[in-house]
Amino acid sequence: MKKSLKKLVAMTVCSLMLSTALTGCGTKTSTSGSSTSTSAPVTLTYSIWDTNQEPGMKAMADAFTKKNPNIKVKVEVTPWDQYWTKLEAAGTGGALPDVFWMHTNNFDKYSSANMLLDLTDKIKASSDVKLSNFPTPLVDLFVNTGKNYGLPKDYDTVGLWYNKDLFDKAKIAYPDSTWDWAKFLDAAQKLTDKSKGIYGYTANLDTQQGYYDFVYQNNGTILSDDKKTSGYSLPATKEAIQFYVDLSLKYKVSPTQAQFDGGMNGGDMLKSGKVAMGTYGSWMVADFKAAAQKDTSLHLGLAALPKGKTNATIYNGLGNVVAHNSKHAEEAWKFVEYMGTQEANVIQANSGAAIPAFKDVDKGWTEATKEFDLSAYPAMLPISHIFAYSKSKPTWEPLETKYLKDAFYGKTTVSDACDKLAKDMNAALATEK
Amino acid sequence: MGTELNKHKKLKLSKAKLSDYSWGYLMIAPTILGLIVLNIWPLIQTFYLSFQSSAGFGITQFVGLDNYKKLIGDPEVLSATINTFKYTLVVVPAGVFLSLIIAVLLNTNIRGKSLYRTIYFLPMVAAPAAIAMVWKWLFMSDFGLINLIFKGVGLPAVNWLTSGGTALFAVIVVGIWSSLGFNMIILLAGLQEIPTTFYEAADIDGAGPVSKFFKITLPLVSPTMFFVVITTLIGSLQVFDYIYMMIYKTNAALGSVQSLVYLFYDYSFIQLNKGYGSAIIVWLFIIIMVITAIQLKLQKKWVHYD
Repeated sequence: MKKSLKKLVAMTVCSLMLSTALTGCGTKTSTSGSSTSTSAPVTLTYSIWDTNQEPGMKAMADAFTKKNPNIKVKVEVTPWDQYWTKLEAAGTGGALPDVFWMHTNNFDKYSSANMLLDLTDKIKASSDVKLSNFPTPLVDLFVNTGKNYGLPKDYDTVGLWYNKDLFDKAKIAYPDSTWDWAKFLDAAQKLTDKSKGIYGYTANLDTQQGYYDFVYQNNGTILSDDKKTSGYSLPATKEAIQFYVDLSLKYKVSPTQAQFDGGMNGGDMLKSGKVAMGTYGSWMVADFKAAAQKDTSLHLGLAALPKGKTNATIYNGLGNVVAHNSKHAEEAWKFVEYMGTQEANVIQANSGAAIPAFKDVDKGWTEATKEFDLSAYPAMLPISHIFAYSKSKPTWEPLETKYLKDAFYGKTTVSDACDKLAKDMNAALATEK
Repeated sequence: MGTELNKHKKLKLSKAKLSDYSWGYLMIAPTILGLIVLNIWPLIQTFYLSFQSSAGFGITQFVGLDNYKKLIGDPEVLSATINTFKYTLVVVPAGVFLSLIIAVLLNTNIRGKSLYRTIYFLPMVAAPAAIAMVWKWLFMSDFGLINLIFKGVGLPAVNWLTSGGTALFAVIVVGIWSSLGFNMIILLAGLQEIPTTFYEAADIDGAGPVSKFFKITLPLVSPTMFFVVITTLIGSLQVFDYIYMMIYKTNAALGSVQSLVYLFYDYSFIQLNKGYGSAIIVWLFIIIMVITAIQLKLQKKWVHYD
C-alpha cells in the first residue's frame, strides 16, 4: 500500500514537472478568433521603439478602435537597441507583430526577404488613403521593385538646440539664419567655460545628429546617389568630419569622445545647463519638453542648423508596415490605412509624437508644444538630405563607428580613418546586387 | 542444467533492474529533454550554421570552409582571443585564490560569520546588468567615485574605461568581484567536509596556521578547488555581459577588451552575419574543450581524492 502511494506521488510530481517544462514554450502572438469573421474581436500587436511616442500611438489606436469596435490594438515598445534583434528573431520564427514601424536602415532587407505585406493594391483600392497626401520622397522610402510596402508615418529633421540663459549671460545673439560654421565656432568658443564645466557644443560620435549634417553642409556626401560608392573618400566629406572632430580635440568647445564614453551624456548636459548648444532630431522634442516642464528654469530654443558652404540637414521618415504572415492581415491593413488618414495624423501631430508625414498637418505638431518654437524643424525639410541607407547598411554602419572612433580619440588622422572606412564600405556596397 | 539456472537468475534480475532503470529515466526525463532542446540541438545547429553564409531570417547558403578561412586570417579574432586569455589568466587564479582565503576565514568561528557569508554571496543575487551599471558609474572618468577618491588623496584621475591599458583591468575587477560569492560558498562546503581530526592531530604536532593550510587544507579541498577552477575557467572564457555594458562601441579601447563572445554577438546580431559569428563561437568551443581536457589530465597530479 505504501509502495503504491509513493508511486502515485512520484507520477504526479513527474507529470507536473513535464507540463511546466512544456507550457513555457508557447509563442507570444496575439490570440483571437477566426480571421475570416469580422465580428469576432481581434487584437493587433503594434510594435514601436520610442517610449516618447507611445502616448501618441495609443491615441491613434484608441481613435481607430472607436471606429472599429471589434479591433483592438496593443502598442508594444521595445527600445531601439533591441528592436531589430527582436524583430529579426520574430521574422525567422514566423511570429512578427501584425503592424510595426519600419526604418530606412532595414526596409530593403525586410521587403526583399518578403517579410512585409504588399500594400500596393490595397492602397489603390482605398478610399481613405491617397499617396498624393504624402511628399513623394517619403512615399518612395517604402517602395521596393515598384511595390508599396508601407505608408509614411512621419519625418524628422535635425536642428540646433541652444540654452537661452547661457547665451544671455555671454551677451551673444541667438542662432539665426545668418549663422555659418565660423559664427557657430565663435559662439561655441565664447560660451565654453572650463572652470564652470560648461561647454559650447557636444560633438560626440554620432551620424544622423552629428557629423552627417556637417558633411552635407560642406557639399560632401556619405553615399553616392547610385549607392555604389562610399562618400568617405571625398575631400569635402573628410574636411567636414575634420571640422567636427576639431571641435572637441582642437578647439575644445566640446567634451572629447573619451569623456562621453567615460560617462558624460550630451542630452543630460543640455537639460542641466552644462552645454550651450546641441544638434538633435525632432524625435527628441518630447524628451526636452518633459525636462523643461520639470525644470522651469531651463529655457531652450531651436534654430535651423548653421550654414556651411550650403544649408543642409538630415531627414528620415518612418513607415507603418504589415507583417506578410499576419493572422489578421485585413484588420492590420485597416489600422495602417487609418493611420494614413488626415484625422489620424492630426492626432499624431497634437500628441507631439513626431512630425506627421501627411502634407500640411505639421502645423499642429509645432503648436502642440508650447514650451519651444519648433517651426525650424518642418521649415528645414526642403533643404534636407535623406539619412544615407542601402541594402548592406547593417554591414557598413558598424564600420563607421569602428574606424572613425580612432580619429575621435586622436589616435589616427581623420583622412586615414575615412580612407580605411571607404575601402571596407565599398566592399560591402559591392555585395549588393 | 547449471547454465539454465543462471539464465533464469539473470532474467529475474533484469526485470527488477528494468523497473528501476525506467523509473530513473522517467525522473531525469524533464531535465534531459530541456538540455537536448535548449543546449544540444542549438549546439549542433551552430556547427551547421558555421558552414553557411546567412542573409537573415534563417535563409542560408552553404559556403564550406569560407568562414573558417576568414577566421584564421582575421586580426580582430586574434586580438579577441588574446583579450579573452588575458582576462581568464587573471580572473581564474586571483578569483579562486581570493575565494579560498575568504572561505577559510569564514570557516573559523568569528563573530557575525553568517552576516559576512551573506554579504559575500549577495553579488550572486544581483543581475549582471545591474552590477555592470554600478561599476561603470564607479569607474566614470569625470564623476566616478573611484576617481573622486583618487583626486581626494592627491592621485591623478585615471580614464579607467576609455584607455586601452586600464579598460581590460576594469572589466577584470568586476569579473573577480562578482565570482567571489559563488566560489566562496562552494569552497566553504568543501572545507567543511575536512574532518577536524586532521587539524587536531596537527595541533598536537605543533603545526602553525600557515603549515596547516598548505599541508592539510589545500590537499583535502583540492577536489572542490578543481570544480571551482573548471567552472570559473569556462565562465571566464565566455565573458561578455560586463564588456557589453561597460565599454560602448564608440570607445576606442574596445579593441583591447572585446572577447570572443562579444565578437560573436557583434557579427551575429549587429552585423547579421550569423555564419561568421557561428564560426567564431565554434573556435571558442574548441579552445574550451582543449583546455578542459588538459585540466582533466592534470588533475591526477594535484587533486587528492581519498
